[in-house]
Amino acid sequence: MTAALEVTELYKTFAVGKRLIGPPRAHVRAVQPLTLTINKGETLGIVGESGCGKSTLARMLVGLLEPSGGQIKIEGEPLNTADPAAFGRRIQYVFQDPVSSLNPRRTIRQIMEAPLKHLHGMSKAARARRIAEIFSAVNLRLDFLDRYPHEFSGGQAQRIVIGRALAADARILVLDEPVSALDVSIQAQVLNLLSDLKEKFDLTYLFISHDLAVVEAISDRIAVLYFGSVVEIGPAIQVFSQPRHPYTKLLAESAPVVGRPLTAPEGRETELPDPHNPPQGCAFRARCSRALSQCGLERPELVREGADRIIACHNSL
Amino acid sequence: MSFLGLLVRNRLAFAGLVVMLVIVVLALVTPLLPLADPDVTDTANRFKRPFAASVILGTDHLGRDLLSRLLWGVRLSLAVGFASALIAAAIGAAIGIIAGFYGGRTDNVIMRGVDMLMAFPYILLALAIVASLGPGLINALIAVAAVNIPFFARNIRGVTVSIAHTEFVDAARLSGMGDARIILTEILPNVVPVIVIAMSTTVGWMILETAGLSFLGLGSQPPQADLGSMLGEARSALITNPHTSIVPGAMILVIVMSINLLGDGVRDALDPRLRSGALSRPMPSTLVRREEPVPAKETSALLALSGLKTQFHSNGRIHKAVGGVDLYVRPGECVGVVGESGSGKSVTALSVMGLVASPPGVITAGAAHFSGQDLIGANYETLRRLRGDRVAYIFQDPLTALHPLYTVGAQLVEAIRVHHAMPRAKAREHAVELLESVRIPNAEERLDGYPHELSGGMRQRVGIAMALANDPELIIADEPTTSLDVTVQAQILSLLSELQRERGLAIIFITHDFGVVAQLCNRVAVMYAGRIVEEGPTDAILNAPAHPYTARLMACVPELGRGRHRLAAIPGLPPVLDGLPEGCAFAERCHKAKEACRTGEIALTANAVQRAVRCIDPEFRTADAAR
Amino acid sequence: MADYILKRLVSAIPVLLGISIIVFLIMAMIPGDPAMAILGSYATPENVEKLNRDLGLDKPLVQRYFIWLGNMLQGDFGRSFSLNRAVLHEVLERFNATLVLAGTSFVICSVLGVAAGTVSAARQYGLADKAITFAVLLGISIPSFFLGMMMILVFAVNLRWFPVSGMWPIYGERDLPSLISHLTLPAMVLAAVATGVIARLSRSAMLEVLRQDFIRTARAKGVHERSVIWRHALRAAMVSIIPVLGVQAGFVLSGAVYVEIVFQWPGVGRMLVDAILKRDILLVQGGVVFVAACYVMFNLAVDLAQSLLDPRIKT
Repeated sequence: MTAALEVTELYKTFAVGKRLIGPPRAHVRAVQPLTLTINKGETLGIVGESGCGKSTLARMLVGLLEPSGGQIKIEGEPLNTADPAAFGRRIQYVFQDPVSSLNPRRTIRQIMEAPLKHLHGMSKAARARRIAEIFSAVNLRLDFLDRYPHEFSGGQAQRIVIGRALAADARILVLDEPVSALDVSIQAQVLNLLSDLKEKFDLTYLFISHDLAVVEAISDRIAVLYFGSVVEIGPAIQVFSQPRHPYTKLLAESAPVVGRPLTAPEGRETELPDPHNPPQGCAFRARCSRALSQCGLERPELVREGADRIIACHNSL
Repeated sequence: MSFLGLLVRNRLAFAGLVVMLVIVVLALVTPLLPLADPDVTDTANRFKRPFAASVILGTDHLGRDLLSRLLWGVRLSLAVGFASALIAAAIGAAIGIIAGFYGGRTDNVIMRGVDMLMAFPYILLALAIVASLGPGLINALIAVAAVNIPFFARNIRGVTVSIAHTEFVDAARLSGMGDARIILTEILPNVVPVIVIAMSTTVGWMILETAGLSFLGLGSQPPQADLGSMLGEARSALITNPHTSIVPGAMILVIVMSINLLGDGVRDALDPRLRSGALSRPMPSTLVRREEPVPAKETSALLALSGLKTQFHSNGRIHKAVGGVDLYVRPGECVGVVGESGSGKSVTALSVMGLVASPPGVITAGAAHFSGQDLIGANYETLRRLRGDRVAYIFQDPLTALHPLYTVGAQLVEAIRVHHAMPRAKAREHAVELLESVRIPNAEERLDGYPHELSGGMRQRVGIAMALANDPELIIADEPTTSLDVTVQAQILSLLSELQRERGLAIIFITHDFGVVAQLCNRVAVMYAGRIVEEGPTDAILNAPAHPYTARLMACVPELGRGRHRLAAIPGLPPVLDGLPEGCAFAERCHKAKEACRTGEIALTANAVQRAVRCIDPEFRTADAAR
Repeated sequence: MADYILKRLVSAIPVLLGISIIVFLIMAMIPGDPAMAILGSYATPENVEKLNRDLGLDKPLVQRYFIWLGNMLQGDFGRSFSLNRAVLHEVLERFNATLVLAGTSFVICSVLGVAAGTVSAARQYGLADKAITFAVLLGISIPSFFLGMMMILVFAVNLRWFPVSGMWPIYGERDLPSLISHLTLPAMVLAAVATGVIARLSRSAMLEVLRQDFIRTARAKGVHERSVIWRHALRAAMVSIIPVLGVQAGFVLSGAVYVEIVFQWPGVGRMLVDAILKRDILLVQGGVVFVAACYVMFNLAVDLAQSLLDPRIKT
C-alpha cells in the first residue's frame, strides 16, 4: 500500500498579541508536532472537540495555512510552501458551510470552471465536457449551472462544493465537517454520495468531524485528536467500541445513543485546558480517572500497539 | 426583487430620485436655457425681490439675475460634490481593499496612517489643505475628497477583511487563482455594493462640505459662484434682503435632502440584511391574530397546546412555520420535540410565551393553556409575570443568550428580583445557591465574572441556573446542548435530568437528536414541516416508529458501534414552508405514498395506547386503538 | 485600569507626532515664498532673505520640522504676523470660546441624539419613529450655516428673543445669563446636524441589538419592557454608539467653524479662516495642531469610557 499523504512532525503555532514592531507577546500551539499517514484509497476519520486543532491541521494540509514546522508529502512529493495552487491539483478541501464557500455573486458555472481554467488550462469545450461529467457524478442537473448559489439548499450547495473539488482532479479530499451544517436526512444523502464518489474516482479522504457516529460510518481508520495532538489511531470499527485511550473512552461514552441510559461519564465538571497556559505532561491528565504521577511530568508519545493501533497514553486501557 | 423594483417600492426614495433627476436635468440643460448671463452686474437693479418684473427669483447685491446664478451654481455644486465623492470612493476603496486583503504588516501600516488622518476633526485637515493650496474650487474639491478618503478606506477595509476570510476565497485559492484575480473576481463584486452604499450616503455630505468651504470664501472665487459662495456673499445682506440668502440655501437643502432620501433607499435595496426585513425590532410579545375560533381547554395537563399555528409574514409571503400543533405536558414530565431544521419545533416552543420575533411572526390560531389559562392572546403583563417565574426558557447558544456587558451575578439577581421583591444581598445569596445547584465551581467568585470569561459548558450552566431562579413549573429548553461538545453535552444532560427528578420539573426539550431524546424524555413528538407527525412514549416510538418519516429519519442517522456502513438516506428535500402541498407534507419523499396521501387533511389519530400518528397508512396500528 | 490608561496615553504619542508631521508637510507644500506673503509690498530681496533666515526657512525640511516641534513642545508656537501676537496666546483664548460653544452642543446632541434614536427604535414604524426620522433627515440635510442664518432671521431679528451675534454683550455685564442668551442659538444650530447623525446611528444600533438573543433571554426572564429597552438594549447599543460620539465630537468641532462665522463667535474656527485668507501660516499651523491634539486627547477619553462599559476590552 502506498501512502497518499504523509505528515511528519507537522505543527502550527499562532502568535497572540501581535505588535507593530518586535516579537508578539505569546505563542499558542494549535497543533502539536503530529505524524500521520493516509494510505491510497483510504478514508481516515479525524475526531475531536472544538479547539482540538482539527481545522488548523486541515488548512495546513491543503496549503491554506503555512505550517510552523514539519513536512507534508503528497503522493510521495514534499510540499511545504503555503501555495494553494500547487496543492490544488493534488489535494482539495471541502468546507463545512457550503453556503459561504460559494461566492454569492458568481454563477455555478463560473465557480465550477475556475479550477478547470486555472489549474488545468482547459479549453472551453473541454471544460463543458468535464463539468457535465462531474455534475452527473454528484447528481446535479446541468441547468443549475446558470443559477446563483443562494438559489440552492444546503444539501445541493454541498454537492456543488464537492463537484468543484472533483473538478480540480485531485486524488485526495480533505472534508472538514462536510455534513455538520446539514440536516440528518440530507446528511445521509451526502455521506452516501461521498462513498460512491470515492469508489468511482478512486479517491482518498481525510474526513474531519465532531460527530463520532458519522465518522465511524464513513471511515476505515480513525484518529482521535485532543488539544492539538493525536491521542489514538485505530480501525474505525474498534476505536469507539474498544477504546484504548481514556479520552476516546470518554468521547464514546458521552455520545448520546438510543437505548443507553443517561449517565455523566465524568464525575468532575472539567473542560479543556487553557491553550495560553498549557499543562505539563499529558493534556488530558486533569480529566483522566486513570492518571498516574508520571502523566503530570512526561508527555506520552504515540506508541504502536498491535498491528493497527497507535496510542499516546502512559496507562492505556 | 430587482434593485430598481425595491427602490421604486420605497416611496420616499422614489421621491428623492425624481427630485434629483429633475435637478440634474435642469443642471445639464442650463447652458441651453434662455437665461441672463449669471456674471453680468447691473447695480441699478440690485436687490430686486422675487417675482418682480422680468426676474423670477430677483437679483442679488450686484443686480445679477438670481435664477441664472442659482442654476449655474447648482451645476457647479453638483459637479464638485459628485467628483469629490467619486475620487474619495475610488482612492479610499483601493486603499481599503489592499489593506484588508493583504492584512498583516501592510494592513497595519496603512491603517495607522488612516487613523492618523482620522485623528483630525475633518475640517482642520480641509482647512490646512486649502491653506496650503490656496483658495479655489478645485482645491476645495481636493480637500473634501482627501478628508473623506479615510472614511472610505476604513469602511471598505472592514468589509474586505471579512470577505477575505470567507471560505469561497479559500476555495478560489485552491482553484489556482492568484491574488490579483481573487481581488477582481471574488472580492470586488462583493465590495461594490458597500462602496455604492457608502457613496450614496455621503454624496450629500460632500456637497454640503464643498458648499461650506465656498461659503467661507475658500472655494469658488468671484465672479464664478456655486451655491455655497452665493450664500456667503448674501450673508451681509441677510437682514435687509433675506431672499438672496434663502434662494441658494433652500436649494442646497432640497438637493441634499433628495440625495439623502435616495441614498437611504439605495442602502435599503442593496443591504442584504435590510432587504430581508431583518432590521425590524421584535415586539415585546408575538403578534396574535387568531381568525379561527379559540379551542377550549381539554386536558388537565400543565401546558396544553391545541391547534397552534404560527406564521412568518414577510415580503408578501407567508411561511407556515407551525401549522396546527397539539401537544401537552404533565407536571414532572419531560416531553421531547424532535425534528429537522424548518420543522417548526423551535417556533412552537417560542410561541408558548410569545417569544417568536414579530415582525415577522404572527400566531394565527390555537391556544396554549397553562394551568388552565390561555397564554395565546393573554395581555403582555400577564405573559411577563409568568415568563421566567412559572415558565422558564433555556436557549441554544449560551454565548449569545447572556448579556455580554452584565456580570453573571447581575443577570441572575435581576431574574430573581423581577418576580420576587427582595433586597439585593438576599437575591445574591440565592444566586450563589443557584450556581452551586448547577455545580459551578467557586460559585461566589463566578458571580462577579462576565459571560465571556466562562467556557461554553459553564455558560450553559448559568443559563440553566437562570431558568431555575424562580422555581418554575415548566422549563422549555430549545436545543440547549446543540452548540456544545459531546463530553460537555453529556455533563449538561445528566445535570438537567437530575434537576428534573429532584425538583419535579416539567420540561419541553427541543432537539434534532434522537439519542438525546431517548436518554432524557418520557414522551416524544416528531415534527415535520410545521406539524406533529407522530407522538407517544419515547421507548415505544423509538422501538417501533409508526410514521414512515420517523422510521426513515431514525434509519438515516448513523449509529455508533456499527462500524462502516451505508446509510438509508431519505431522497428529496423538505417542502418549502411558503408553499406546502395539500395532504401529507412528506408524501413527496415517502416510499409508501399513494394518491390519497396528496388530498385533504390527514388527522393525527391514535394508533396504539397513548400513541398517535398522522398517516393514512402507518407502519402498524394496534386493534384497540383503531376503534 | 491604571495600566490601561497609561498604555493608551503612551499610544497617543505616535498619533500626536503623526499629526504634527502631516500638518508640517501640508504647510511645507505651500507654493511660493511665505516670506513674500508676510512682507507683502515690503518684499525687497534683502528683506525676504533676512526673514527667511529669521524664520529658519533656509534650513533643510527635516531640520526645520524638528526645530518647529522642539519649539512647540516648549510652548513656543511662533508669532502671528497678522495679529502681531504669540500664536499660543491667541489660540488658547480663541479655543476657550470654541470649547464653550462646542462643548454645550456636544452635550445637547449626545443626550438628545441617543434618546431620540432609542425611542425611535423602540417605537419602530410608529408615529414617534416617523417624526424623529423626518427631523433627523432635515437635520442632516441642512447646511449649518444656512440654518444659522435662518435662526438669526427668525429668532434674533424678527422675534428678538436672542441677540444676533457675538459671545458677550458689547456693553454690560459678562455674566452667565448673558452668555446663555448669546449661546442658545449657535449651540442649537451646531447641535442640529450631530443630533441627527447620532440619532440615526443610535436607532440602527438599537435595532441591531434588539434582535440579539440576549434580549429574548431578558424577555423570557420576565423583565419589564421599559428595562429591556433602556437597560439591556441601550447598554449594549452604547458599545457601538460611544465611538460614534467620539467621531461626532470631531464633527461638532468642524461645524463650529461655520457657526462661529455666522454668529461672529470669537472662536478658533473663525480665527483659522481669517488666518488662511491672510495667509498667516504660523497661526494656521499652530491652531490646527493645537485643536487636533485636544481632539486626540478627547478620543482617548472616549476609548477609556468604552473600556469601562465593555468588560470584553482587555484592560
